[in-house]
Amino acid sequence: MQETIQRQARKVLVGDHAVAEAVKLARTQVISAYPITPQTLIVERLAEMVDNKEINAKFIRVESEFAALASVYGASAGGARAFTATSSHGLFYMYEMLWWAAASRLPLVMAVVTRSLGPPWNIHDEHTDIMAIRDSGWIIGMAQNVQEALDMTLAAYKITEDSRVLLPVAVGLDGFILSHTAEVLEVPSQEVVDGWLPPRDPHIPYVIEPGGEPITMGNMVKSDAHHMLLKKMMDEAMDGAKNVIHDVFASYAKLTGRNNGDLIECVNCQNSDYVAVATGAWSGDIMKAVSDLREEGYNVGFLRIRFLRPFPEEAIMDVASRARGIIVFDRDYSTGLGGIIAAEMMGLVPQSVSFKGVIAGLAGVDVTPSEVKAAIKDFIDDAERNGPIRIRKTWLMQKMEGGKP
Amino acid sequence: MRTAITMNITDVLILGRGGQGGVTAARILVSAAMKEGKWGQAMPEFGAERRGAVVRSYARIGTEPVMLHSAIKQADIIMMLTHTILNQVDVTGIAKSRSTKLIINSPAPIKTELPTYWVNANQIAEDLGLVIAGWHVVNTSMLGALSKATGLVKLDSVMDSLEEFIRGSVLKQNIEAVRRAFNETKITTEAEVIA
Repeated sequence: MQETIQRQARKVLVGDHAVAEAVKLARTQVISAYPITPQTLIVERLAEMVDNKEINAKFIRVESEFAALASVYGASAGGARAFTATSSHGLFYMYEMLWWAAASRLPLVMAVVTRSLGPPWNIHDEHTDIMAIRDSGWIIGMAQNVQEALDMTLAAYKITEDSRVLLPVAVGLDGFILSHTAEVLEVPSQEVVDGWLPPRDPHIPYVIEPGGEPITMGNMVKSDAHHMLLKKMMDEAMDGAKNVIHDVFASYAKLTGRNNGDLIECVNCQNSDYVAVATGAWSGDIMKAVSDLREEGYNVGFLRIRFLRPFPEEAIMDVASRARGIIVFDRDYSTGLGGIIAAEMMGLVPQSVSFKGVIAGLAGVDVTPSEVKAAIKDFIDDAERNGPIRIRKTWLMQKMEGGKP
Repeated sequence: MRTAITMNITDVLILGRGGQGGVTAARILVSAAMKEGKWGQAMPEFGAERRGAVVRSYARIGTEPVMLHSAIKQADIIMMLTHTILNQVDVTGIAKSRSTKLIINSPAPIKTELPTYWVNANQIAEDLGLVIAGWHVVNTSMLGALSKATGLVKLDSVMDSLEEFIRGSVLKQNIEAVRRAFNETKITTEAEVIA
């Protein structure tokens, strides 16, 4: 094991290039993308790799994001290992195809560089775009750093191609603060990845080939009840994916020495009175705030959501049942409801436990550990004095030059 | 599973004009640190690139993987690719303390509120034929100055990292520029100050 771990190469890569590296290591066969703003460096780098013959893949440059997903959908139906990447508006242009891909139970991996949605025009970081696909049947992961962007992309292939799952996987990485930030990371060798991730079995879930058995895809079924049954089966596959995700990261850890959890990462979250919750790249800044508060004597831990779908319901309920208070930081929002993770979690947190949702960092607004620290401190002090308090939605607004617009 | 995150990190702020290569400098710095077994992160200032405007880039160097992703507002080390932006920047405002070191490209000794190290990187660029499209290439040589002034990374680590970022015939001149800047970097003393 130690020998394998040592065979990793340390590199300095931006998040986008780390994802491209993972796509190459997975020996992806078909890549499709539409080169429009906001596209990413991921497909730019992959196009170079195809051109230099670093990767033996077909690169299809299509006329829209809709076609990008439609063409990898076709490639996957034909038995190929396929990949696409998108961001914000591009993801929304794919929206209809997202549902077709998931309900067709085809293995696919897609990177989503999370960005704000216009108007006003803005390409800075926010998670609302990837959150908007959470009902579509895609498994959704969120990386916290460049290393995890690579690791999670590799793991995504193993998860999506598992015959117990067969749902597409979206790997989210924060726009700019991961996609364009260079970090030192460890890259496993091709040989090691080959041993862990064999070529895709083209007969799973089914194969379309000349002279083969005729099948229809996406056609009407015998009855609406059958259609509903397919939905139930998707939901069961999503539930089953929880174990698969656990196992995949456990076996990946043996390969690389890295294990940051499965559906969640828990940093003192099971033995603390108060727990902060977040997902994505700002998790490190929130952990820093938590770490500083612990030094000041606050009994607080951190729970990082690694996968938004399947939703880590059991883990959250377990943590919530031991805690006195939960504070959730959302870099996303549902207008008219509030922070999306807060809204999804609140029902899982017993009434006797204090709860607060904080919306922060939208539109790429920088959030510092000290601002997070102040918010957590306020919550704990309030809960201790007046608890249990239950506040689903608050907005953490920065001071603006010239006052309120 | 981690119980806490180590925050033994050196924060570096690089200021220059858009087009001077501050982002590349931050990446070379991280690559040099990696060669010494350290971890690090290089972030550009996010937004549209603006040639000529004052732009920042950031680097964090640590002994363990860097987990933070918020912007660096105050640094342990400030590297300025041109002295001409000094009057546009509040250096004490971006310094963590009065002992934060400022490394600056300047034709002459220059005094600020901080311990200030200077090197005439423009002259080095001219001497070595590193003036490209009217721009003095100073982002690489200033890392030599940073190495001398702070010891954050070794001179050899900087020189060894250049080939990952610079292709073609100018690589040799850049390596020489780093070496010269390292040797010629001086701390400003009261007696020398002219600015």
